[in-house]
Amino acid sequence: MTQQNIQTKTFANGLTLIVEPMEDVQSAALSLLVPAGSVFDPPKQNGSASVLCEVIPRGAGDRDSKQLSAALDNLGVQHSESVGIVHFTFSAATLAQNLPQALPLYADMILRPWLPEDQFEAARAGVEQSLMAIEDEPRQKIMLELRRRSFDSPWGLPSEGSLADLENISAESVRKHYETCFRPDEAIFGVAGNVDFNRISDAIEELFGTWSRKPAPAFKTSPGGPPRDHITLDSAQTQIGIAYDSVPYRDPDYYAAWAAVSVLSGGMSSRLFTEVRERRGLCYSVHASLSSLRDEARVLCYAGTKADRAQETLDVTIGELKRLGQGIAEEELTRCKARAKSSLVMQQESTFARSSSIARDWYHLKRVTTLKEVRDKIDALTVKDVLEYVEKQPAENFTIVTIGPNQLEEPREVGGTP
Amino acid sequence: MKFHEAKLDNGISVIGELNPSVLSVAAAFFVKTGARDESMDVNGVSHFLEHMAFKGDEKHSADDVNRIFDEIGAKYNASTSEEITMFYAAVLPEYLPSVFEVLAGLLQPSIRQADFEVERKVILEEIGMYEDQPSFIAYENAMKTHFEGHPLGQSILGSKESIAALKRDQMARYHDERYRGGNITIAVAGNTDWDQVVKLSKKWCGAWPAGRAPRPTDEARPKAGKTIVTKESSTQQHVMQMASGPAANSSLRLPAELLSVVIGDDSGSRLYWDLVDPGLAESADLSYNEYDGSGTYLTYLCSTPESTADNLKRIAEIYDDVNENGITEEELEQAKNKVASRIVLRSERPMGRLSSLGSNWVYRGEYRSVQDDLDAFRKITGGDVRALLTKYPLGQLTTSTVGPLATI
Repeated sequence: MTQQNIQTKTFANGLTLIVEPMEDVQSAALSLLVPAGSVFDPPKQNGSASVLCEVIPRGAGDRDSKQLSAALDNLGVQHSESVGIVHFTFSAATLAQNLPQALPLYADMILRPWLPEDQFEAARAGVEQSLMAIEDEPRQKIMLELRRRSFDSPWGLPSEGSLADLENISAESVRKHYETCFRPDEAIFGVAGNVDFNRISDAIEELFGTWSRKPAPAFKTSPGGPPRDHITLDSAQTQIGIAYDSVPYRDPDYYAAWAAVSVLSGGMSSRLFTEVRERRGLCYSVHASLSSLRDEARVLCYAGTKADRAQETLDVTIGELKRLGQGIAEEELTRCKARAKSSLVMQQESTFARSSSIARDWYHLKRVTTLKEVRDKIDALTVKDVLEYVEKQPAENFTIVTIGPNQLEEPREVGGTP
Repeated sequence: MKFHEAKLDNGISVIGELNPSVLSVAAAFFVKTGARDESMDVNGVSHFLEHMAFKGDEKHSADDVNRIFDEIGAKYNASTSEEITMFYAAVLPEYLPSVFEVLAGLLQPSIRQADFEVERKVILEEIGMYEDQPSFIAYENAMKTHFEGHPLGQSILGSKESIAALKRDQMARYHDERYRGGNITIAVAGNTDWDQVVKLSKKWCGAWPAGRAPRPTDEARPKAGKTIVTKESSTQQHVMQMASGPAANSSLRLPAELLSVVIGDDSGSRLYWDLVDPGLAESADLSYNEYDGSGTYLTYLCSTPESTADNLKRIAEIYDDVNENGITEEELEQAKNKVASRIVLRSERPMGRLSSLGSNWVYRGEYRSVQDDLDAFRKITGGDVRALLTKYPLGQLTTSTVGPLATI
């Protein structure tokens, strides 16, 4: 594993810069997390951050919408602006030599967006179109509906927004979202690639030094649920979403929790793929993954299958989730470790993967774990650790949501492999 | 970065682009076979066969195959298109011998009857999954309508009926005809040495049957046509339109690539500014697709049913204007910058080089380095784009739509 030389600096206004220089690449990538995600959408205005995301690139600094877009394209900047639960994320990658010219464009978008009122309707219409398109993608919709019911609100609300709330969002409320949430205090700037820390740091200080602190906006939480729900749709397949509690990234048990999910759904030799798809042919797609907020986490599990086999699929899937506590073979854990270690190495070939990973680490841990540290933690894991974790945090108290022609019954016990 | 090539006695091409400064190595097997090479009574067999590849060969059971890939931490998968079936994996360099053996095994599957029956169910589930995605149905019908009477119009997945009727022996016969040395290219990219690549290829693939499989590649001559699927449960109206574009071996393909970026990229293009930016459509994009002997411009529009007619008219106006007046130097320059950056970024990982290496070799019998591609795009002029538009104007010749509308 290549030696990493990660450097960080927190500026006077609270903005933290993390840089990972990578010598063998030509590119550089940035991942800028601003704590202005959908969790800060005002009540009954889910989608406020999403509309803001549509408005932000519509003119900033001394460039209008088209000039800004052309400037980024001419620098070869592949970019996206997206809204997550907690963060508003600006990601970009380009040739390393072009990064210094791209940074001022980002300072403009973040500090000097025009947020033009005459563009507001177009931006809201764009969000409405996207939300309607999700209605035609049941595989995507099921996971949003599952999150909504398994996390408390607003943590579980879709970061994309809700169609019903769009009419409550105005140009005024979106501007207010920007003014209260775009603040440097907890913003994180991750940069990875063929770059020099001091030069990036000087540039960031100059470009973002005037960004002034603001208090963190408050919000109220309310319970999600219900734990069982069905949405009727005239479709060929029934979509099944299952969620249960896990531990977040910063928990000492995280790696054991990660291994538990990997045994279930890491790679094609994992249990869900083998039992549900390969042995029984019930699904084309079945998987589970760990979804971590800073303070809580869930395992989110998906299966899509024809309506007449949906009950069996639910029963078998739940059966596999519960069976984990009965034992894990040494080889199963070994395979998970091999896959993880190979991914760690390959991450070092991608500036984009590294920039987002270091920024995310800082948010969760207030530090960056080196790849070597991660590898050592994975190496140290034993089957006993994983089973102890599963005993402490078993797969139970499921949230189960379905979309399809018929509602399913409570999962039933199933026998072994047919 | 160094290029190598070799040919095995049975006709298999082996190519490598080796680079000691990366951390992984990726390998792919390209079989020149896909939906267009099927007779209608076995429609869907190429894709079904790609699934059966993972069910094991003489030496490995289905469980073995997945287990070995996971044991060495491989990132691997396979895909089937109208023309190519591809199996690929990326691993750390020390695992190349192991991954090569399993990948090679995928191409000589046993196709056991019991596995065949279970996998048939998985394929039917996959068909069901796509049935619920209006944009996918729109694409399949667009290909069917545009290429009516031409093999490129054949479905990759097949139909529920053709999959239900397919027999194990038909698949075995298809495999025997198509998986022959002259139809196979092995491409390796990344950190390894060439001697090892040649040795592994000979060891695991040297005994495979020689031969080629024919494929007629007459250029399609599509006629105007329309397919409408009225689906009331759908929220948006999904429209795909096609017109003829240059084929994979045409000198006009790079201008077509740049033109599609100028007109229909998902951001900063003419369609973007006129339809997506004002919130009139969720998606409005144009892509250029190259095939053996034929090519297409593919327009995709996703918007509310009420606004669909107006949006299609807006697209027609843009296309008319471009056919008449071409594009500006500024637009061309911007597209070149975008494409150059995409090529460089994608090529930083060995895995990202595989499809480019393979398609250049399979379609054009040539090797092109990243620098060759960058130079070639740089050289494209406004004159090249005009020549393209003269021969292959943008258009909306054939239409396929899925959504609430009954007419369009």
